[in-house]
Amino acid sequence: MPLPLEEAIRGLVHDGDTVALEGFTHLIPVAAGHEIIRQGLRELTLVRMTPDIVYDQLIGAGCARKLVFSWGGNPGVGSLHRFRDAVTHSWPVPLEIEEHSHAGMANRYVAGASGLPFAILRGYSGTDLVEHNPHIKAIACPFTGQELAAVPALNPDVTIIHAQRADTVGNVQLWGITGIQKEAALAAERVLVTVEEVVDHLDPVPGQVILPSRVVDAVSVVPGGAAPSYAHGYYERDNTAYKAWDAIGRDREAFTSWLAELTHTPAPEPAGRGA
Amino acid sequence: MSTATWTSDEIMTVTASRSLRDGMACFVGIGLPSTAANVASRTHAPDLWMIYESGTMGASPDHLPLSIGDGVLADTADAVISVPEVFNYWLQAGRIDVGFLGAAQIDRYANINTTVIGDYDDPKVRLPGAGGAPEIAASCREVVVIMRHSRRAFVDRVDFITSVGHGSGPGERERLGLRGDGPVRVITDLGVLEPHPLTRELTLVGLHPGVQVDHVRAATGWDLCVADELSRTPEPTDTELSVLRSLTGAD
Repeated sequence: MPLPLEEAIRGLVHDGDTVALEGFTHLIPVAAGHEIIRQGLRELTLVRMTPDIVYDQLIGAGCARKLVFSWGGNPGVGSLHRFRDAVTHSWPVPLEIEEHSHAGMANRYVAGASGLPFAILRGYSGTDLVEHNPHIKAIACPFTGQELAAVPALNPDVTIIHAQRADTVGNVQLWGITGIQKEAALAAERVLVTVEEVVDHLDPVPGQVILPSRVVDAVSVVPGGAAPSYAHGYYERDNTAYKAWDAIGRDREAFTSWLAELTHTPAPEPAGRGA
Repeated sequence: MSTATWTSDEIMTVTASRSLRDGMACFVGIGLPSTAANVASRTHAPDLWMIYESGTMGASPDHLPLSIGDGVLADTADAVISVPEVFNYWLQAGRIDVGFLGAAQIDRYANINTTVIGDYDDPKVRLPGAGGAPEIAASCREVVVIMRHSRRAFVDRVDFITSVGHGSGPGERERLGLRGDGPVRVITDLGVLEPHPLTRELTLVGLHPGVQVDHVRAATGWDLCVADELSRTPEPTDTELSVLRSLTGAD
């Protein structure tokens, strides 16, 4: 069942798609993002609650037409400068943005996963987000008349996540901080999961999330595929790399060199191991 | 009483930590709020219950996490829950006592901007955005804001309301249906501001050691109200300073 990452991205992600690479600090599918850059995909609508440096890289590489998000930054370090450059100077291409709060984005995914057209929440009231985002509306509770916020379901064409492991039939297991990944996967038309390893049998782990193979379109084995974020039980977050990104991201020339290096580097081996 | 000297950031962080009471459920953002909460839990509030928006509840990290989702938070948590649960079952349902927020700009009614400086469609500076802050500001029983004092940051009107403080004044939170009390205190590197009970306008109520009212006025972008009686922040104790420095690596 496992597919080489290059093949999985080529089969599942197309120019113009709405793509969510989710991960809340932990298990960020960085290697998959880099493969999207290598394949030169364009006009993507990128979705993520917390776009961090891999989204900065995708935006700087010109893959995105639009970003749907709730917090875009380099956690604990500062701003995303490629994102900032795209928004303020349209470099390398203009970037449309649609922004929400975390509560709004989380509920959009829940509605998407639930097969509902929209979600309701107590949120946004009195904020300027409402006037700048046509996807936030007020709605009255039909029972009490209370005014609440409504946000449309989010259904990505493709959701990509990274997990600790899968079994040989493609059931996926992740644990630790599991964030919004289950909802993002169940909301999507197609799902790609990169994993640290494939095992014969998934032994239970406290706090685990299991994604049954029937909702997973492809598994690619990419050890270290979440670095410089981390994979609980496998490797730690590389805080030095997050700090180092700041200087690269700030400077178009430094970024361009970084990009040249990435796109000339062959895809990581051993993609597809465990097949 | 301390014999040591301290920086303006240190007195700000220590003052913020003192505003947390033992046993509170505290929604913690990364940076200064996380540092302050971790000082509190190691000094006067050992049973402070820290929730990070990544879904770790009751975490007791042995070092300061760089992000809101570092592995040390999951390893030491009472429970790790999904992001929808954090926002729906815990924050929205009113289970959090205090939210700690930072800001790029704050105005006289404690409205908070973390979105853009300048015009939204043609910004001078694009900031990270809302994250969890709008609903933290709406739903926690109370909110404490920590930020450095400057004219650029303390402005008459924020360029963008990311999170509502006291709106345009008395009664605004009630009109908007916001259930928490909103910002009850703003702690800076110069002193402490609180909303006036009647006007809801941020009012200087306390000064850190060595700071004069004129310093605070000069660093505030509106005609700042000053309370009749100003408190003077007690100096950081040796314990507070050593705990803080062990966390920040300044020891």
